[in-house]
Formats: sequence, structure tokens, C-alpha cells
Amino acid sequence: MDLFLQQTFAGLAFGGVYACVALAVVMIYQATDHLNFAQGEMAMFSTYIAYTLLHHGVPYWWTFLLTMAISFAGGVLVERIILRPVEGTGVLNEVIVFIGLIAIFNSTAGWIWEYTIKPFPSPFPKETLIPFKFIGPHDLGVIGVTLLVLAAVFLFFRFTPVGLAMRAAAQNPDSARLVGIRVGWMLALGWGLAAAIGSVAGMMVAPIVFLEPNMMAGILLYGFAGALLGGISNPVGAVAGGFMVGVLENLVGTYVPFIGSQLKLSVALVLIVAVLVFRPSGLFGYVVVKRV
Amino acid sequence: MGDQSKPETRELAALASGARLSRRQVVGLVAALAAALVLPWFLSDYRTFQFTLAIIYAIAVLGLNILIGYNGQFSLGHAAFYAVGAYTAAILMDPGGVAYYWTIPAAGAVCLVVGFLFGLPALRLEGLYLALATFALSVATPQLLKYDAISKWTGGVQGVAIIKPDPPFDLPISQDRWLYYFTLVVMLVMFVGAWNLLRGRTGRALKAIRDNPIAASAMGVNTALYKSLTFGVSALYTGIAGALGAIAIQFVAPDSFNLFLSISFLVGVVIGGLASIPGAVFGGVVIVFIPNLAEQVSKAAPWAIYGIFLILFMYFMPTGIWGFIRMLYARFTRGRRAG
Repeated sequence: MDLFLQQTFAGLAFGGVYACVALAVVMIYQATDHLNFAQGEMAMFSTYIAYTLLHHGVPYWWTFLLTMAISFAGGVLVERIILRPVEGTGVLNEVIVFIGLIAIFNSTAGWIWEYTIKPFPSPFPKETLIPFKFIGPHDLGVIGVTLLVLAAVFLFFRFTPVGLAMRAAAQNPDSARLVGIRVGWMLALGWGLAAAIGSVAGMMVAPIVFLEPNMMAGILLYGFAGALLGGISNPVGAVAGGFMVGVLENLVGTYVPFIGSQLKLSVALVLIVAVLVFRPSGLFGYVVVKRV
Repeated sequence: MGDQSKPETRELAALASGARLSRRQVVGLVAALAAALVLPWFLSDYRTFQFTLAIIYAIAVLGLNILIGYNGQFSLGHAAFYAVGAYTAAILMDPGGVAYYWTIPAAGAVCLVVGFLFGLPALRLEGLYLALATFALSVATPQLLKYDAISKWTGGVQGVAIIKPDPPFDLPISQDRWLYYFTLVVMLVMFVGAWNLLRGRTGRALKAIRDNPIAASAMGVNTALYKSLTFGVSALYTGIAGALGAIAIQFVAPDSFNLFLSISFLVGVVIGGLASIPGAVFGGVVIVFIPNLAEQVSKAAPWAIYGIFLILFMYFMPTGIWGFIRMLYARFTRGRRAG
């Protein structure tokens, strides 16, 4: 039982990170109707910016806010400058541009900061007030931050005019333009927000996996899987999906003997695909009814 | 990724009517073929080997293009089928002792079955979800190939080494040039096959499914069967390319069949030209030579240059290299007629 609890909580801790990335993925999906494959690399780059700021003696929480602001601006710029020219030339063309962005961010980060693994500090205290058996303070902090970001995103989309305008621009660009929403800028804003959330994910992940240019590759995959499992149309579902993927991966690796750590990634993905075969729009997603 | 960009309707019309090649096209094809035949005599063995690889990737890109470009199904997992083809060939050759040319049809047959079986559950998934499922396939492949229980055949992490074939009948050409001609012949067979498949009734059915699946099934197209079969045929092409790749590189190792390979195929499809058969050739060339070119531009951050190349391609040739050539050709001929 102890082993079960321990593995479940360890899974939840990693799930928090996946949930954060899944949330960023869903954000950009809601605001732009696209999945951004370069999300992970953008988050990695943001984390390097945070690393540089910390290195120059900026206090942690100021760094945190500054990094979010810089990432927001960076996300807006990437949309305006790089994505704008290929808009409307087809989904696959945009995917190729995303692949290009991945290569650029990854290679540039390696070039500026080198490929050596760097430690990244955790903002949370070394010990919790009430010592907790199964989960460390940083992991608790990650889960807390994820839930906070989720709440902020939910409030933003649900109760602010800008949030409403963004949803409208993504779901029905033509009608949105007719009621006076500047659709192009809403897309840019969506990219900015997603980059900012991604930077939070990056800063939360870095103390666990250490900072290096390839740190987000696997995590983005899980985040992506979590988002699809929970339902790409639903931020709460995406967060739940992220946690589920974390727990599932850990439990499968622990309890199914012939799988072990060698195949746990594959098995987790196969399970997710199996779920999707029976519920094609995710566990908590909305089923879109098409009229013919 | 549900709605793929629609290729030019003119090309569709030409293909859909089962058109024969025009005289200009025949002249162009013969010229291209002649160029391909004399090419290795101007190049070193290493360059010849690179072009052999480009031809192999062109076959794989054509396979993926049949799936994405003509049938509208997305795949990030074609490295898996490439790996199945490569391992089939390697295992047949090394413990099996089968001659290298017999491994090609064998790899194709195995991949046809594997692809068809994968295509069945994939029927339930569309767009992003299909992308995730195939992505999972891509991630799982190296791990499965390394799995202990089957390492007796696959060689585990070490992979399988095979011997480069000698030219037959004591032909006085180097092994690399012989391999180049061998892959060229296989490519021609595969391309003619694809052309025949796509210009007739089957091709029309595939495109109908891509453009409007509901209308296609209303017209009596067996959507499920065609979609799974397309997955199978696409895997067959990629598997044959994988077998050729194993023979050319003389080695198969699990980590070479990673996600990057799948992404490279996708890059080849889009940059070569979506839903075009000649585009696949350019796709293969791009996969082999653009990373090399990027490395020559900047040793420090070659992949950043690669990324910039990809983005520039999409800015200036949104319909791919073949689309660009067609556009130039159309402009040139129109100008001449007017003048």
C-alpha cells in the first residue's frame, strides 16, 4: 500500500508539470485553433532567460514575473513576425514552420548557453511545515502553482471581455471580425499568453529535470498526451489529463513486471490511444456535432 | 489537422480524368531519367551514396504523400514502418541468408500488413488525435526494438550489421554506383505504381475521402476499407524504402528510427509538394542535403539554420518545390503565348 501511495504521489508530482504544459497547449489551441509543437522549446528558452536573470542577481520572484513578461512579448513577436506570413496557406505549412521554430530555439539555446546540464533553483522551502511522507515540497509547490495558473486562466476566459473576444476569434473568426474584434491581434495575444504559461511550466520543471536544451522534449509529449486525453477543448480536462498521465506512467512502470522502466513511455501512450479510440474527443472534451 | 490544404484543382482534374502524359511531360521525364543515369559518373562514391539515400527517402516520402496528400490522413509515425522494413531486410539477410533483392518485396509485404492493421484503429481517430497516435508509434518504435525478449533477432541496442552487395555479373562499377542504379530501378517501379494507383478510380476515391468523407461514402466509396488500405500501401512504400536504406547503410540500429526521421519525412512531403508524385523526389533530396547545407553555413548552430531554411521555404514556396516549378512553368508558357 505504501508503495502504491508513494508511486501515485510521485506520479501526481510529475503530473503537475505535465498539467502545466497541457494547459499551455490548450490555451494556444483555444486562442488560435492550432496546436503549437514549438511550445516546449519556447518554454525551455524562457527558462534559460530566467537562468540568466538569476545569474545576474535578480531575486527569484522578480525573475519569475520578468520571465513571464519577456515570454509574453516573445510569444507575441513570434506570432506577428514568423507565423503571420504563412497564415492561411494550410495547416501542414504551419506545422513545418513549427518544426523550424523547434530547430531554431533548440539550436540557439545550445549555442548561447551550451549543452551542459545546469542546476536551476526551486523557489519553495526545503521542508514543509507539516512533514509529508510521500511528496516533497517542490512537488507540492508545482501542483499548487499549476492549480493557481489554471484558476487564473479559467477566470480570464470566463469573465473578462478580452477572454471572450479571444474565444470568439478562435471559434468563428469571420463573425468575430464583424462584431469588431481584431482577430489578428487576438491570435498574437493567445501566443503571448501561451508562451507566458509555458515559461511557468519551464521554471517549475527545471529544478526536477535540470536545465538543458532538450529538457522539454519528453515533457511536451506527455503534456500533449494529457491535453488530448482530457479533451483539447477544455482547460480543466487538460489539467486532469496531465495528472492522469503522470500517475498512469508511474503505476504502469511499477506494477506491470515485464514492462519496467524500459517500455513505460510506450505503454502509457498506447493506453492513451486506446482511451481515445473509445472516446475520440477526450475524457472531458465536448463532442462537436457536425451538420452536413 | 483535419482539413489539409487543397492542392491545385487543375492537377486534380488532370489526374482524375486518368490523363495520359503530354508530349512535353514525356520529354521532361526522359531528360530527368537520362540525368539520373549519368549522374553517378560525375560524382565521388560518397556523393553517389548520398544520392542513393535521397532516392530511398524519395520512396518513403512518396508513401507518406499518398497518405497525407491524397488521403488526408496525418502521420508522424512513418519511421516505424521504415524500421519494420529495415529490420525485415536485415534479419532476412543476416541470420536468414536471403539475397538482398528478395528482401525488398518481403519488407513491402510485411509493412503492407502492419500498416493495414495499424490503419484499422486509426479509422476512429482524426486530425490531432491521429497525429498523437502515430506520434506514439514513433516514440515506441526504438523502445520496442531494444526490448530484451526479441533481442535475439534484432540485436538489441547494437542492431544488426549487414554486408554491402557486390554488383552482379562482375560489372566493372563500384558498389556504391551499383547500389545507386539498383535503388533507382526500384524507385521507378514504385513511382510508376503510384502513378497508376492514383490516376484511376482508386485515386479518385482517396481524394474524395480527403475532401469530403461524408460525400464520398454517400457515393458508395467504402471509406473504412480505403482508409486502412491507404495506410497499408503507404507503409508498403515506406517499408521498401527502409529495406533499401538498411542495405545502403549496411546497418540497422533502433535509435536511428526515431521521431526525427518521421518529421523528416513530413518535411520532405510538404517541401517537395503536397499531393504530387514528382514532388517526392525533391522531398528526398531536401531531406539529405538541407542539413548538410545548414552545416556548411554555420558550424555552431546548424539546426538553427535548418529551421530558418524550413521557414523560408514555406514563405516563398507555400505549395512546395514542385508547386513552385509548376507555377514558373505556367508563367513562362503563358508569357510566350502572349508575346
